[in-house]
Amino acid sequence: MAALQHSLTVRRLAKHYGPTRAVDDVTLTIGRGQFVTLLGPSGSGKTTILMAIAGFVQPTAGEILLDETPITPLPPEKRNFGMVFQGYALFPHMTVAENVTFPLRVRNVARAEAERRVAEALDLVQLGHLKDRRPSQLSGGQQQRVALARALVFQPALLLLDEPLSALDKKLRAELQVELKALHRRVGLTFIYVTHDQEEALSMSDSIAILRDGKLVQEGPPGTLYERPATRFVADFLGKSNFLAGRIVERRNDGFAYAVDGARFVQHGPPPAGDDVLIALRPEKIGIAAEGEPAPNTVEGTITAWSYFGTSFALIVETAAAGTLQVTVPAWRCPVEPAEGRRVRLAWTADASVPVVRD
Amino acid sequence: MATLAAALPETAPQTRILGASFSWWLLIAPAVILMLAFYAFPLAEVLWISFTEPEPGFGNYERLLTSAALQRVWMTTLRICTITTVITLVAGYVVAYALVSAPPRMQRWMFVCVLLPLWISVLVRAFAWVTLLRSQGVVNEALLGIGVIDQPLRLIWNEFGIAVGMVHYMIPYAVLPLYASMRDIDPRLVPAARGLGATRIEAFRRVFLPLTLPGIVAATVLVFIFSLGFYVTPAILGGGRTLMVAEYIKLQILDLIRWGVGTMMASTLLVAVVVVLAIFARVVDFRRLFGGRH
Repeated sequence: MAALQHSLTVRRLAKHYGPTRAVDDVTLTIGRGQFVTLLGPSGSGKTTILMAIAGFVQPTAGEILLDETPITPLPPEKRNFGMVFQGYALFPHMTVAENVTFPLRVRNVARAEAERRVAEALDLVQLGHLKDRRPSQLSGGQQQRVALARALVFQPALLLLDEPLSALDKKLRAELQVELKALHRRVGLTFIYVTHDQEEALSMSDSIAILRDGKLVQEGPPGTLYERPATRFVADFLGKSNFLAGRIVERRNDGFAYAVDGARFVQHGPPPAGDDVLIALRPEKIGIAAEGEPAPNTVEGTITAWSYFGTSFALIVETAAAGTLQVTVPAWRCPVEPAEGRRVRLAWTADASVPVVRD
Repeated sequence: MATLAAALPETAPQTRILGASFSWWLLIAPAVILMLAFYAFPLAEVLWISFTEPEPGFGNYERLLTSAALQRVWMTTLRICTITTVITLVAGYVVAYALVSAPPRMQRWMFVCVLLPLWISVLVRAFAWVTLLRSQGVVNEALLGIGVIDQPLRLIWNEFGIAVGMVHYMIPYAVLPLYASMRDIDPRLVPAARGLGATRIEAFRRVFLPLTLPGIVAATVLVFIFSLGFYVTPAILGGGRTLMVAEYIKLQILDLIRWGVGTMMASTLLVAVVVVLAIFARVVDFRRLFGGRH
């Protein structure tokens, strides 16, 4: 399996459409056998990067290397990358088996060999029994699996996936996320996945590259990106965040204290340069504290809105010192009955929040 | 619907004729009468004459088997129609492809250019070709001028001239169904094929072309059937030397007053059209082809 794995390097890639910079100087390395997600809102350039990797978009500048070999001038059909398109792009005039055979047929693979590999690929996605159906007779999830089998059957160097789950309903999406991850482990290929859905990115990837306005903002394992977002955008886009803008009033070895509208809070970790600081605080890291219970950071406020999600309550709390805060409390151990107008005391620890760069 | 039906007052059961209500028949009656009086009746008359003039029997139809002149007219017609259809389809395919690939603004202008000839009289267009193609026409003068030829080419009053005029007339009829079938193709399919290893040509041959097949069939039927009964263009650009069926019918009836042969040819033409339609109907679903639901 390891022999099939390839790394991919995108070096100083740029794509300009007139004055618009769809991709602006992006450098990115995708390790062998990794599941890497390009995540960003629409217009962030993630799809353009994928299309440049696939060979459908000729970059304005920069190069793309498979292992050490530059592939930038190669047409798509010479790159040998498997690709799953948004909406699957199955050929409607062919059966499932014919769709999956297509890449082998254009490579002139002998019939017996092709049949064996198609059966293997269809087994991999558990669709062997539907091989004579037309794509229009399949459900969205099944079509998605056919697209996967078709992209894997010719043993491609990489698998590129362009928002493959976006057309499916939430529950099916969650199931297929698990399947895709298992598939990635099984086939051992390098996967490059494009999505705007942060949950998908978090649940499947070995590494996430977050893009905004054609630029790479931050790259790293999902946990690092979630716990240590570098910028306000990352903290806001990957999950939810409250932001506290304050001034540093005290510096210590292991942290610092900052003031927001007269209230004083403490933060763990090295203080950033300058006196102004922006702190990102996840809603689920804020707790509701009892009266008089000691905590490093506390703030009093009034619940102005709340919703119930089964697993949790989402509260909107209006505070004098820290403005409006979103708070997520596990439903089964919520210490107070949520109600509009109820006063609550919010608390969080010094390492619950993280300083981020304004962007 | 249920509430609407409940709100309506109960009425006595309506008189139904052939499964439809009386008022429905009343609505379509003018159209039916018009069609019967001015279409079905004359058609029946034509059929009747073809079996009765000059004497009752199959005499006129026998000529199809015995008369070399009649056979020549039919062969000429079928040949010109086939050539016209093939050229029109290839040209129309290219135009339709350019249309679907063009950006929307451009597409509107291109559509105008494709459809504009439809509003110009076929007579005007035929004469326009005469001025272009005749011995002292623009094309020959230009070719003589630059020294490519030293004798004017015979571009007109032969099958070539007819084919040029007919292709020109038929192109919009090929472009429209082809455009419709191409527009419905998911634009990601060809890139998908190439991503899977197909070259441009293979992607076209294995994916794009098969998906436009319904459009190709529709365009073929439309152009071929239209061509079969074409009159004005062959009459003018053929210059009386190359006779196609429609012109031959006119000749028989108006000039030679041989109603029997003329109506026989007209009836045969009608049968030919029905046969072509029947053949294609076995291959494709016409209702779907021309926009109906199945």
